Order: sequence, then structure tokens, then C-alpha cells
Amino acid sequence: MAFIQVTILIFVGITGTAVVVTRNPIHQVIGLSFYGIILGLFFFILQAPDVALSQITIGAVVLPLMFMLALAKIRRQEQRKSSSGHPESARGA
Amino acid sequence: MTITTRKRLFVMFGAALLAIFMLAVRELPEFGHYRGPYGDVLNRETVYERHVTDVVSAVNFDWRGIDTLGEESILFLSVVGTIVLLRTGDGETEHKDEQGTTSNDDIPLPSEATRVASLGLVGPLVVFGLYIVTHGHLTPGGGFQGGVVLATAPLLVYVAGDLKTFKRIANHEFVEITEALGIGGYLSSGFLGMVLGSAYLRNVLPLGTTGHLFSGGTILVLNVFTGAAVAAGMVSILYAFLEHTIEVRLRRKG
Repeated sequence: MAFIQVTILIFVGITGTAVVVTRNPIHQVIGLSFYGIILGLFFFILQAPDVALSQITIGAVVLPLMFMLALAKIRRQEQRKSSSGHPESARGA
Repeated sequence: MTITTRKRLFVMFGAALLAIFMLAVRELPEFGHYRGPYGDVLNRETVYERHVTDVVSAVNFDWRGIDTLGEESILFLSVVGTIVLLRTGDGETEHKDEQGTTSNDDIPLPSEATRVASLGLVGPLVVFGLYIVTHGHLTPGGGFQGGVVLATAPLLVYVAGDLKTFKRIANHEFVEITEALGIGGYLSSGFLGMVLGSAYLRNVLPLGTTGHLFSGGTILVLNVFTGAAVAAGMVSILYAFLEHTIEVRLRRKG
């Protein structure tokens, strides 16, 4: 049991570091989702299934999804800005 | 501040933080050895006192039900804030219509494989979400987790490219009423405890038989309200983010 815990804890460290080191926001979001799943697995191994379930739904699904949607919205606005010529006319949120 | 100074400062303070952190870790109880009395007391008493098998749910929705009400209010306010931020004003909509033809809105329809996989998952996900919401007092899970699972079903419909169906599910009125019912139901069922018992959010409903679906008193009721509020909140945020893309793509098709 301790072996599995240590292995997953190391994986949590590796994926967490990978998320921080990644520069491209979109790649970072994918990494964040992966990190969320690993962390959920870690909670599950530590016999906290309730927390694991919350972690998987929020950390691996909702949080990356919100980031993705926000990134898409920003990109759309930037495209509109560059296509319209004058930035002031591109009113956004 | 140059990068070199910044790095030097980081190393200095990082080392100090690490030293303090190590000292703190040494004082922690050993890994896997829980010291406090509360968890043990709850583990021993909850099953007999509340007739539920998931102590975590009993803590969240009964012993500390007021904290969960706070959490739900935070979620509700975040949803409202997101929608207000992303809302397009009247003048803005027209402006966007003329210019809404950027290449990003021109996403092709998803492949047949994606469509089959996502639409095939919608049914099982809805059932699974309802199961997690309603069995919160028996097995791990509850309103929050189940609500998020339920909210992923409309998202899959969107992924499958069925925009008209997604729009019908994420219909403002329906989602907003569900959200209001969820948060209002949680708030008002707390008063039941004041009328029939002694305090706000007290568990006053019959406790039933341990292990049965209808047991645990108000815990199941509060879980259902929370599930409704969370699912509706998630769908409203999704719709607020995707609204513009959906409008443009639907117009292009129709």
C-alpha cells in the first residue's frame, strides 16, 4: 500500500511541476486536467473517495473547461481586433 | 528589477521558506496517524445518530449544513458574476453580427465517431449523475459531485455539434428556474428545522432505515437541492461562454 501511495505522490509532483513549467496556455490546461486526475487518484488511494470524486469533477473537468472557454473567448476577441483594424471598435466583455 | 536580481532574491527567500517549512513538517503527526478526536467521534456516532453510511455527507449536509449553504451561495454568486461579465449589451450584439465571421467561428462539424461517442454517453451520464446526487448519504458523492456530472451531459451534446438541442437544454428560463429552486430550496428547507425542531437546518425529517435510499432525513433533500443548483449553475456558465459561437453557427446553417 505504501508503495502505491509513494508512486502516486511522485506522479503528483511530476505532473504538478509539468503544469508550472509548460508555457503554452492550451498545453498547460491539458496538463492541468491530467494533474487533476492524478491528484484525484491520490485522494482515492488515501481512502477519501468523497474528496477524490470532487477533485475529479472539479479539478479534471470543470477547471480546465473554464480555462479552455476563457482562452477561446480571448482568442476570438483578439482575432476580431486584428481584423477590424482599430482596436477601440472591438468592444468585448 | 533585472532577472538576475530576481533570481537571487528567489533563491534567498526560497531557502528561508524551505527551512521554516521543514521545521513545520517535523512537528506534524506521522503520515496516516490521525490524532484529533472529532473524526473518531463522528465515525463512531454518525451511523447510529443519523442512519447514514457516508459520514462525509452527514458532516456536509447535517452537522455542518450551514457551511454548505455558504459554499452554495459562493457558487451561486460566481455563476451570477460570470454571466454578468460575459453578457453582451444591446449595442454590442449588432456590432458582433457584422464582424462575427472570424475564422474561429467556422469550426467544421465534429466527425461521426465523436458524435456517436458523445451522444451515446449522454444517457448513462444523466443516470449516473442522478445516482450520485440521490445516493450521497449512502455512498461517496452527493449534490456537488452529481450536479457537475449532470452538467457534463449538455456539454457532450454541444461537443457532438447538436447546437439546436444544446440551446433547447440550456434554455435560459428552465436553467434559471432550476438554479433558483435549488438555492431557494436549500435555504427554505433550513426553516423546517426551526419550525419543527429547534435550530436552522436541524435534521427533523424521519431518519428511516440505515442503508435504504429514503433515510438520513434532510440530508437527501438538501443533496437534491444542491444537485439542481450546481447542475443549473454549470450549464448557465457554459451557455454564457458559448452563446456567441452558437448563435453564429446556427445562423450559418439555417
